[in-house]
Amino acid sequence: MSIVLQAVTKRFTSGGTPAVSGVSFEAPRGAITAVLGPSGAGKSTVLRIVAGLEDPDTGRVLIDGEDCASVPVQKRGVGLVFQHYALFRHMTVRENVAFGLSVRRVPRKEIAARVAQLLQLVQLEQLADRYPAQLSGGQRQRIAFARALAVRPRVLLLDEPFGALDAAVRRELREWLEQLHAGMGVTTLLVTHDQEEALELAEHVVLMFDGRIAQSGPPEEVYDHPASPAVASFLGGANLLTAPVFSGRADFNFGALAVAAPGWARDGELLQVFVRPHDLKLRRVRSVQHGLAVARVERLKRIGGYVRISLALPGGEMLTVESPRAEIDELGVAVGEPVQVDLRAARPFTENTTH
Amino acid sequence: MTFGEPLATLPSLRHSGVTEPAPVRWLLVSAAAAFLGLFVLVPLLAVFATALRAGLGRYAGAILHPDARSAIRLTLLTAAIVVPVNALFGIAAGWAIANFRFRGKRLLITFIDLPFSVSPVIAGLALVLIFGRQGWLGGWLDARQIRIVFAVPGVVLATAFVTVPYVAREVLAVVEAQGNDEETAALTLGAGGWQILSRITLPKMRWGLLYGIALCNARAMGEFGAVSVVSGHVRGETITLPLHAQILYDQYDAVGAFAVASLLALLALFTLVTKKYVESRSRPA
Repeated sequence: MSIVLQAVTKRFTSGGTPAVSGVSFEAPRGAITAVLGPSGAGKSTVLRIVAGLEDPDTGRVLIDGEDCASVPVQKRGVGLVFQHYALFRHMTVRENVAFGLSVRRVPRKEIAARVAQLLQLVQLEQLADRYPAQLSGGQRQRIAFARALAVRPRVLLLDEPFGALDAAVRRELREWLEQLHAGMGVTTLLVTHDQEEALELAEHVVLMFDGRIAQSGPPEEVYDHPASPAVASFLGGANLLTAPVFSGRADFNFGALAVAAPGWARDGELLQVFVRPHDLKLRRVRSVQHGLAVARVERLKRIGGYVRISLALPGGEMLTVESPRAEIDELGVAVGEPVQVDLRAARPFTENTTH
Repeated sequence: MTFGEPLATLPSLRHSGVTEPAPVRWLLVSAAAAFLGLFVLVPLLAVFATALRAGLGRYAGAILHPDARSAIRLTLLTAAIVVPVNALFGIAAGWAIANFRFRGKRLLITFIDLPFSVSPVIAGLALVLIFGRQGWLGGWLDARQIRIVFAVPGVVLATAFVTVPYVAREVLAVVEAQGNDEETAALTLGAGGWQILSRITLPKMRWGLLYGIALCNARAMGEFGAVSVVSGHVRGETITLPLHAQILYDQYDAVGAFAVASLLALLALFTLVTKKYVESRSRPA
């Protein structure tokens, strides 16, 4: 039951900027695919188009190889879970879960059995006769999952499902969803702005900015090989450095670091490289060595188990470093003092982004 | 220092939100109570006191008088037509505005409020202009022996115009506050339009709808201005309760006028009780 989008474009105002522009990707069967991006990137519109709640202006949606253009929402076999639960507030938990079956005129006995089975699956049998207002946010969302799954949807669509929950419940529900999914293997599309959620849950990530796909692939691949500075910054955060290319290489920070230019970078062009905050290693200032730059500590913030440090390079560029607290304490880094920073983890992007 | 003052009052602000000293608070509360008593409670009591001044027999006599009975009948008939029509309109407007994007949506919302801002007398005059003997449709209607102005249809139309916003506004408030996620969820679960309306949207609207109907009913029975213009005051035919009260009063029959008015006052009290009931039921658990 894969989901395939082919060149999907959607405008809400004629002539305006499209909310979704030329989006193509495949959500493989049985996997969780995350559509990730900042708010306003068009992620939810993609989800609503797959659900059939919006019609694309151009392009096609295929569920399990079948073109969905003429299939109405009710017949698409999608289970939708909303950020704000959208439980039927005048119905009990049991009635909520049963709703999809009862509108299909499934026999009562069968409904009762299926509802019991699902409440057991989400571990909330004891709340069957409560109303949604009497449940916590996490419980409500689990009921919403049960309601969506009751009709045995072909695909599960999750629209920021944990967005309204506090951090601890969110983490708990994420693990719960992972187990639930492992047990059922229903093809799932997860829309989220939370990169951690996407990296943790998804086997496939589709990163969107401004209605377009910026990059897609397995989470590690997108994380390790970002196509552009925007991708690197959104996914994991990144320090960016820029230098001109000369005879096949770019020299950064007065020659402290040399990076071999990728094939597309010609002499005289600017090459941008990135390095993750946790990939930067600090050490005391010692001998000059390739890849090591001397920088001054501008700010230092201890955040639980790690320390975030802002460094100023001699050229004025700022670097953000994240290191385990023990490491920094042992090193004895202090604000205003110089420190040597290892830049050798810096890599160019996979696409030419300076144009 | 300008800095010191707000900082000093900050903790008390956070706790109760009230910073005024006790005498000021007492003064404000009594002013509000006195105002309500003088302008709402005293007149209401005066209605009942005057109505019963000459004894229960006189009171019953005024209400059971054939003219009064005819007025009660017409008022009930008008409400029985206007309230269901407006309830249906309110449901349709709430449903459409909550669930669909369409051209002129804001305009529709604005137009629903129009009768609030138009003087009822103007509304009545507008009906006379359209349906009256000299009006746009007057000749056409006359030729077919159809009477609207100075007849029951005019009374019903005038009342309907004035009461358009009541149900629709209450329903819209509920619908806009709750959004349409529930309807969307029902749709993805396979429900059709009628199933969504009967099982999701109507139950969701029910308290707003009930309160809107109560308000609409009270206004439909109590409307004076618009009805007065189109009624023509045909005795026993086009006189509603408020018009009847006015006529009795003009004939120096204060007791009779207030006896009839007390029926409308009772209606107001009934509406208030409905409102309190609805509020207690619709508050989220």
